[in-house]
Amino acid sequence: MKITLRVKRFEAGRDREPYWAEYEVEAEPTDRVLDLLHAVKWHQDSTLAFRRSCGHGVCGSDAMLINGRNRLACKVLVKELGARITIEPMRGFSVVRDLIVEMEGFFAKYRSVQPYLIADGEPPANERLQSPEQRAKFDDTTKCILCGACTTSCPSFWSNPDYVGPAAIVNAHRFLFDSRDQAAEERLALLGDRDGVWRCRTIYNCTEACPRGIEVTRAIGEVKKAILLGRR
Amino acid sequence: MAESPIYHKHEAVIVGAGGAGLMAAGNLVGRDVAVLSKLYPIRSHTGAAQGGIGAALGNHEEDHWEWHMFDTVKGGDYLVDQDAAEILTREAVETVYELEHWGLPFSRTPEGKIAQRRFGGHTRGEGKGPVRRSCYAADRTGHMILQTLYQQSIKHGMRFFDEYLVVDLLMEGGRTAGVVALSIADGQLHVFHAKAVLFATGGYGRVYQTTSNAHALTGDGMAVVLRAGVPLEDMEFFQFHPTGIYKMGILITEGARGEGGKLLNGRGERFMEKYAPTMLDLAPRDIISRCIAQELREGRGVDGKRYVHLDLRHLGRDVIESKLPDITDFVRTYLGIDPIEELIPVQPTAHYAMGGIPTDVLGRVVVDEKNTVLPGLYAAGECACVSVHGANRLGTNSLVDILVFGRRSGRDMARYVAESEFPALPPQPAEQAEARIARLREGSGGGGREESAAVVREELQQELMEKASVFRTANNLVQALDRVRELQQRYQQVRVQDRSRVFNTDLVEALELGFLLDTAEVTVAGALARQESRGAHFREDFPQRDDQNWLKHTLAYRTAGGGVELKYKPVTITRFQPKERKY
Ligand SMILES: Cc1cc2nc3c(=O)[nH]c(=O)nc-3n(C[C@H](O)[C@H](O)[C@H](O)COP(=O)(O)OP(=O)(O)OC[C@H]3O[C@@H](n4cnc5c(N)ncnc54)[C@H](O)[C@@H]3O)c2cc1C
Ligand code: FES
Repeated sequence: MKITLRVKRFEAGRDREPYWAEYEVEAEPTDRVLDLLHAVKWHQDSTLAFRRSCGHGVCGSDAMLINGRNRLACKVLVKELGARITIEPMRGFSVVRDLIVEMEGFFAKYRSVQPYLIADGEPPANERLQSPEQRAKFDDTTKCILCGACTTSCPSFWSNPDYVGPAAIVNAHRFLFDSRDQAAEERLALLGDRDGVWRCRTIYNCTEACPRGIEVTRAIGEVKKAILLGRR
Repeated sequence: MAESPIYHKHEAVIVGAGGAGLMAAGNLVGRDVAVLSKLYPIRSHTGAAQGGIGAALGNHEEDHWEWHMFDTVKGGDYLVDQDAAEILTREAVETVYELEHWGLPFSRTPEGKIAQRRFGGHTRGEGKGPVRRSCYAADRTGHMILQTLYQQSIKHGMRFFDEYLVVDLLMEGGRTAGVVALSIADGQLHVFHAKAVLFATGGYGRVYQTTSNAHALTGDGMAVVLRAGVPLEDMEFFQFHPTGIYKMGILITEGARGEGGKLLNGRGERFMEKYAPTMLDLAPRDIISRCIAQELREGRGVDGKRYVHLDLRHLGRDVIESKLPDITDFVRTYLGIDPIEELIPVQPTAHYAMGGIPTDVLGRVVVDEKNTVLPGLYAAGECACVSVHGANRLGTNSLVDILVFGRRSGRDMARYVAESEFPALPPQPAEQAEARIARLREGSGGGGREESAAVVREELQQELMEKASVFRTANNLVQALDRVRELQQRYQQVRVQDRSRVFNTDLVEALELGFLLDTAEVTVAGALARQESRGAHFREDFPQRDDQNWLKHTLAYRTAGGGVELKYKPVTITRFQPKERKY
């Protein structure tokens, strides 16, 4: 089938305004949007710039706004979108070029939540024990690939760029509810801060946007509850 | 329009931030280290690994590292260096515990221990039957490993240069002196002056048309060192994984068969019963891929097409959704099929490079038949060849390899940089990189035909797929070698259309294509020379293994004229004498 691909293009330092480019590509209904971008880049216009690597939704490189929703280009198929497909960069991060946005601030927020296990004392010679039930409590939030789809779909983040954002909270949740972690108090204090979880207005955009199917809003809710109760 | 490069000076430079690079960096904490990666570390392909990491923990049943070692050696068709395999399998155990201590969320047994599953070629009692050795976190083990290592790097405040593409290795007076890198964000060249450099740049599956590998896996590190005069070892051994999603190549982990999945041909027969009566669908990958190819050749594909079926239906919803959630998601997303109720169409997909940059067991790069060390140069992970995988890697052994030898490299680098002074930098260190980039940007200028990198790459991938994959013959390999050389010529005419300096991914892809072409050349040249069949290298014109003449490692050098020179070095055999390989 013939697809019309409209892509919002821009180069920082060169263009004053973003502009739309339109490409016609031949595609199968089962092609990924990433395949279409490659068809353009490899056979029509090699200047089109986007990030990608794994091609199957696990590396987090190619989150973008596709027909008005944040998705991974490699994980959405033509048949779900129809013959006219509009692609823009994620909202709320500055655009460097075409579909490539500046991710540094996003990673800085990730780093700010101390995203690593904090456990004092010598570990045992073998593994620490953790029951399947304890493991299940934070399973969902271990899946995050840091693509940015949730954070850049969040109106609270758009209106307040200092908000730590759903992705960072997801990654804090992952440790907060891990039975092996001993820094709950510190973590809760960090997240209870002015730009922490209370900026969340429970809009659910993040949950809808997550390409890994993480129930982001629910995870944020669990953190809020833990703060109110003063424990996890 | 050359402008001067920006200079940096660090004791140690690590190129690549997948499992191997991050593990090495973690063992250099306290030293002055820079980690350069063309992708954000968290985007590295280690994150795509699914099924698990092998270690004889014995959490479900009796197991011993010696059994793991035996399986590794036999799986590799006896081309494995056994001193290295011993280290791999012994240190696997402590490595898995270390990951757990750093917080890796393994799946758990009912008693709370690390859960383990069966995997291809992993046996109890040296071949008596499958054993549960693969430690896993659902089917996201690589994701969890990459996350955990990256988390540790944040904890330790490591210094990263993200989206820097390394294009050249610098040497001076026979020592490693640093690297040259292109900052992708702004097109600036950087010179990193260092005492020691580690390459941990991963594989080159993108040399084939159908692959489980990420777009970024283009053999950069291998090609960069090859151009600097270092040989590549055993490059003719490239593994095809039996279960890639039909046409797309996306991987369905062997863990699916570890949990009980079966392969069926177009007649619904469980064809592995014929070929591997003991291990069945858990025979090693080289064997199963060949069996699938054979079934297809003999007309037993599904509906006359080039695929067979993977059947998971009998495992039931609970097992499928809890132990194999990601592949279930892939199958639903990309094929519109529900593996709980339907069969999955699969075909072999180019997966893993057994060969690579030759190293010793400390990760030091060795450059000849006598294993002479090149001071200051290290390699680890898929781009390296220790060699622990020989002619065919067992599933779960790459994750062990990247961590065990990543750690050993990091430790030895720490020792080396503490003991040595900075070498001098060569004069005009960025000159070659500048010239190469200028040529790609400005074109050949010779009035010749202009080539597109994308077209040359597509032709290369198709050629290797057709002529140098599961089945090989002298005839095909001769043609493939000619073709690769013709493409190398045409590459000289490639001109990048993108004029920008900001995220010029057109230029990045053209540079990557140059790396791919060089790795392709040594792969095919090595395959043509090796007149036997061993592991993943199967020659229809020489279908037997020939220990008399070929129980040796290939070393492929680039000659001044641009060709390939092949030398050979012996295999280290300690415990297990070569035997016939049956499963
Ligand atoms: C789909 C899939 C599933 C797998 N499952 C398993 C499994 O279950 N068990 C198992 O043991 N193995 C598995 N493997 C194999 C294993 O995952 C890989 O071999 C291993 O992760 C490679 O790790 P690495 O650190 O060597 O390289 P990678 O993780 O690929 O990292 C390479 C790094 O090098 C950087 N880089 C590359 N070129 C340059 C350059 N020119 N300049 C700067 N940086 C550069 C990249 O940015 C990246 O950071 C799987 C592989 C695939 C493809
Ligand atoms: S390319 Fe990796 S997530 Fe899409």
